[in-house]
Amino acid sequence: MDFELSEEQRLLKDSVERLLADRYGFEARQGFLREPEGWSRALWQRYAELGLTGLPFAEAHGGFGGGPVEVMIVMEAFGRALALEPYLASVVLGGGAVRLGGSEAMRSAVLPGVAAGERKLAFAHAERQARYDLADVAATARRDGGGYVLDGAKSLVLHGDAADQLVVSARLTGAQRDAQGLGLFLVDAAAPGVTRRGYAMVDGLRAAEVTLANVRVDATAAIGEPGEAFRLIAQVVDQGIAALCAEAVGALAAMHELTVEYLRTRKQFGVPIGSFQVLQHRAAEMLIGVEQARSMAMLATMMAEEGDATERAKAIAAAKVQIGRSARAVGQAAIQLHGGIGMTMEYQVGHYFKRVTAIDTMFGDADHHLARLARMGGLIAA
Amino acid sequence: MDLRFTDEENAFREEVRAFMRTACPEPTRRKMIEGRRLAKEDMVGWQRILNAKGWAVPHWPVEWGGTGWSAVKQYIFREEMQATPAPEPLPFGVNMVGPVIATFGNEAQKKRFLPRIANLDDWWCQGFSEPGAGSDLASLKTSAKRDGDHYVVNGQKTWTTLAQYADWIFCLVRTDPAAKKQEGISFLLIDMKTPGITVRPIQTIDGGHEVNEVFLDEVRVPAENLVGQENKGWDYAKFLLGNERTGIARVGISKARVRRLKEIAALERIGDRALIEDERFAMKIAAVEVELKALEMTQLRVLADERTRKGKPDPRSSILKIKGSEIQQTISELLMEAVGPYALPDQVPHDDTERWNEPPIGPDWAGPQAPHYFNFRKVSIYGGSNEIQKNIIAKAILGL
Repeated sequence: MDFELSEEQRLLKDSVERLLADRYGFEARQGFLREPEGWSRALWQRYAELGLTGLPFAEAHGGFGGGPVEVMIVMEAFGRALALEPYLASVVLGGGAVRLGGSEAMRSAVLPGVAAGERKLAFAHAERQARYDLADVAATARRDGGGYVLDGAKSLVLHGDAADQLVVSARLTGAQRDAQGLGLFLVDAAAPGVTRRGYAMVDGLRAAEVTLANVRVDATAAIGEPGEAFRLIAQVVDQGIAALCAEAVGALAAMHELTVEYLRTRKQFGVPIGSFQVLQHRAAEMLIGVEQARSMAMLATMMAEEGDATERAKAIAAAKVQIGRSARAVGQAAIQLHGGIGMTMEYQVGHYFKRVTAIDTMFGDADHHLARLARMGGLIAA
Repeated sequence: MDLRFTDEENAFREEVRAFMRTACPEPTRRKMIEGRRLAKEDMVGWQRILNAKGWAVPHWPVEWGGTGWSAVKQYIFREEMQATPAPEPLPFGVNMVGPVIATFGNEAQKKRFLPRIANLDDWWCQGFSEPGAGSDLASLKTSAKRDGDHYVVNGQKTWTTLAQYADWIFCLVRTDPAAKKQEGISFLLIDMKTPGITVRPIQTIDGGHEVNEVFLDEVRVPAENLVGQENKGWDYAKFLLGNERTGIARVGISKARVRRLKEIAALERIGDRALIEDERFAMKIAAVEVELKALEMTQLRVLADERTRKGKPDPRSSILKIKGSEIQQTISELLMEAVGPYALPDQVPHDDTERWNEPPIGPDWAGPQAPHYFNFRKVSIYGGSNEIQKNIIAKAILGL
């Protein structure tokens, strides 16, 4: 049992935090939002130079052989900076699918570009009718000669508009909500039949609605065994959730610090409002929410590569519940304790609030994961 | 960062678990599972089993019976004891006055008291709170005036847990009425058989008798029973309260209570299925399990930092106290909800002896649940109320 970071991990943490502190202030971020992609190409380039975009990949694939702890360190720093770049989409989700499920040929062909930041991936799995059900896939994959033909519509594809390639889920056999019969395919975003409608989300990050009409791919585009992709999808999503939990912790901690600082400096009735016990107690409750979230983000990190899929799923679901609950409680309190200024676009705290709200919703909100956890029998055996 | 336990720690856990399962007397364990009150003999019997094994006071200095275990091992030990579930040692001796005597007492006091505490030969109770001194403990009024080689103590203590069994009481008393309120307090050990001491029971809303008022009327206490220096008692009290909070998360106990909750929810019916299959109720259980897991991880994080804090109390232990008590209360609510209408018959003895209704009305598991719920309102009040804990967080962590 050891919560300490290794020397390399500490160096990684320092360098990411320093970069973001220098280059990702609130005003800079407002500028990045106005760039054509809605994020900073220059910073993306820096992430690649620092090795961040190659962190989880093997050295043979242009990466650094890092694990969930390294990803956690980066995501927490991104949460604090409210980073807008497609790191989760390309490195953790799309890159994760290829890393965990792709053939050696595919990994060698794809991952070095992802690691270099030159090739961006996105994870095109969710569909409009599915809500948060990972098995609910209506898009189809039909065998055709040596390859497949894909049809369907994917929604809320994170950074789908910027992606060069999409990791697309589609059904080969079975009914719409069957876990059996799914496949994952690597599809060029520019392939004939692929259309994308990009847009900004409430937190400023980008997503796209993607439609696939008669899209032809080779047999080598399949990631893992076609028809057996559900386990891979679940694993990629669990690792995505673990990364999101870490990002949320960065944002929650920053929001709490901003709030405490505001309580110290804002004066009313001739005294700092932080001298009022009713506000002190709310700030204390916020800290509890942050610390409980941090604890569960660590648990999610520890379990992200757990081989026992059920144990992993339970821990990740539990972490997402805690993150969602803390996001609501800490976020709402942060706005309330700031008063009017917390309501304005020109002040930072509201942007954190919107990001953690989005994180609660992504890949299933707290109630969804709580129900899931309950169906799996909870964490403690009777 | 590796959050798994080491092989050595896992082996230690197996050793502790095996010992607990065989050594804890089955009637005692059943009472723990069912949430029934323990008799004095259950507590004393278990403590002596632990002491014979050398595990009565793991956290004490080794020369006085400590085991020298790491913080993680102590955590594992406590968790396994709670998970058995076996009774936790009476805290007033081993967790409160014992460490105070070991740290601030003189050699004669250590020799006289510590071995008897470890073996529960002396049952200790805590004389801190007074009718006018609760959260504002330092405003206590019980006085001790020096008279030759004795102190003469007058005053009243309250909320004195299990004083009805006690052989000794450790008291905060005012020895300098002129000093600023924290500075005139001393830490005194008093034999409960001394003339002038009266114990009056307080019945709590669950019908039980756990707490008491203790009246002290011209009680003559030998001056050799003063711990440390006169008028330095507040420092020792702060040390004691800091120790009290670290064990207060009660993660293992809450896990055992969740297991019990699931057993009961599998037995109770709602419509044509077991209550545990009801999605709404299952989600309520899952929600408290998530909170409990987060608390466990938070506790381990605080524990991991203990090495670097060199014995100084970590103000984050206030988080453990708040969440630990809230979770215990939530579980007690769910246990009561689980048994439904059979929570209502009043079936708890209003004295220390027998069941109120025998045989019990309704299912055997239902009786203790409402009293347990009522009784557990205490956990967010004692040990520094949760509101006081939030004051501590605001001041010591947030700097407000």
